[in-house]
Amino acid sequence: MTLPQPSTLIDNMVADINQQFPVLDDSIVMVGIHTGGAWIANQLFSKLNLSTELGLLDISFYRDDFSQNGLHPKVKSSELPDIEGKTIILVDDVIMSGRTIRAAMNELFDYGRPKKIVLASLIDVGHRELPIQADIVGQTIDCPTDQRIKLTGPEPLTLTTVTLNK
Amino acid sequence: MNPLDPSQIQLNEDGRLKHFLTTEGLSKEILTEILDTADSFIGTQSRSVKTVPLLRGKTVVNLFFENSTRTRSTFELAAKRLSANILNLDIARSATSKGETLMDTLWNLESMYSDMFIVRHADSGAAHFIAQHVTPNVAVINAGDGRHAHPTQAMLDMLTIRREKGGFENLTVAIVGDILHSRVARSQIYALNTLGAEEVRVIGPNTLLPSEIESLGAKAYNNMEQGLKGVDVIIMLRLQKERMQNALLPSESEFYRLYGLSTDKLALAKPDAIVMHPGPINRGVEIESAVADGPQSVILKQVSNGIPMRMAVMAMAMGGQQSGQAPDNEQRKEEV
Repeated sequence: MTLPQPSTLIDNMVADINQQFPVLDDSIVMVGIHTGGAWIANQLFSKLNLSTELGLLDISFYRDDFSQNGLHPKVKSSELPDIEGKTIILVDDVIMSGRTIRAAMNELFDYGRPKKIVLASLIDVGHRELPIQADIVGQTIDCPTDQRIKLTGPEPLTLTTVTLNK
Repeated sequence: MNPLDPSQIQLNEDGRLKHFLTTEGLSKEILTEILDTADSFIGTQSRSVKTVPLLRGKTVVNLFFENSTRTRSTFELAAKRLSANILNLDIARSATSKGETLMDTLWNLESMYSDMFIVRHADSGAAHFIAQHVTPNVAVINAGDGRHAHPTQAMLDMLTIRREKGGFENLTVAIVGDILHSRVARSQIYALNTLGAEEVRVIGPNTLLPSEIESLGAKAYNNMEQGLKGVDVIIMLRLQKERMQNALLPSESEFYRLYGLSTDKLALAKPDAIVMHPGPINRGVEIESAVADGPQSVILKQVSNGIPMRMAVMAMAMGGQQSGQAPDNEQRKEEV
């Protein structure tokens, strides 16, 4: 599988965001999900020249697999600006089942009641398990079920495929 | 693996925490993971919604065989902020006083499908005993056992030190007062040495210093002026009058003159030294009010840090009961 350059996809996403949000004022807050989503959000944030502070979300305390896997050993702190009444552009690297996004939305609502949340993902590999869709996608890639697409970074950002052990 | 070794019984087969009984024998990595996790919980405490859903549906039992207000209420608050259901049992005044044995109490509580026991007991080793006999998948947290250990207090103190001083390397820490009766001091000495503090000192009269103290890795001082010289952190301990059966002390005023932390004595430590106390403080017995309320005191920060620390330990231990394998960050991300 040939994988695209993340920088090209980020440029596509910037164009998409600019089209959907002609005015990027202080009602818009960008939030990246640790770790990969935060890297993408960082780049989008500087390219879009957003006036609000960039938010970072660690969803470890909200995961639905805690009872199977326990607590993540390297939990980072979530750092969010005021999101009450804001439009949030939630950013992740790869969307698959949709469970990360569900957890992220649950966490966001514990910080306040946003006016709207849109989802931006660098890659969409399908295989959704929840009714969640991305509004802004860098590229949709058809990924076999025994493979995962992984983003490494932050410098340089690279996409690789990993085959799961059966 | 020796099942009688409390440091071994605390970890599951993947080396992750499943009970928290003592800081003794735990690796620097585990102690650091506890501190990091607690740090992350601090961020959730300033939100309008302070709860996270980690322990939703779990039942936590505060099993206090010995009185406590602060520790019990911070565990209760921590459990609630993890979305667990909590049951407070004042065993000191109920079943045990009616003659029920510890094991019977335990079996009764297990029959109510409890997921975690927070245990405080006047006997050293009580929490360890419970952890050995408890049903699989039930986590046990030691909230203080006799003179042995009080690991969550020690770790919230480590969290406070790390947040104030940025780390443990190059730090000289003095623990002052009634070391003999102090389970907190023992847990602190183990944690400080594991986390890499440069020097740990204990200061007190010989009657209140346990004879084996230097073998734990602490330098003993009888003279407070000498002991405080150049220290970065001063941890004052409460005089545990309720545990003193013999004439260990001449008088409280004599103790204060020799070992009370006054403004003058504080001046012997480094100018940026911090002053800590696990509470409740006896003003004018261990510490002068001007010091307890002064700019170098972090006593109330210790209280605030108690909740995220207890949330961290409870979440980690509950997770360690459930986890089949140590998950690695990226792999888990991919599974989602």
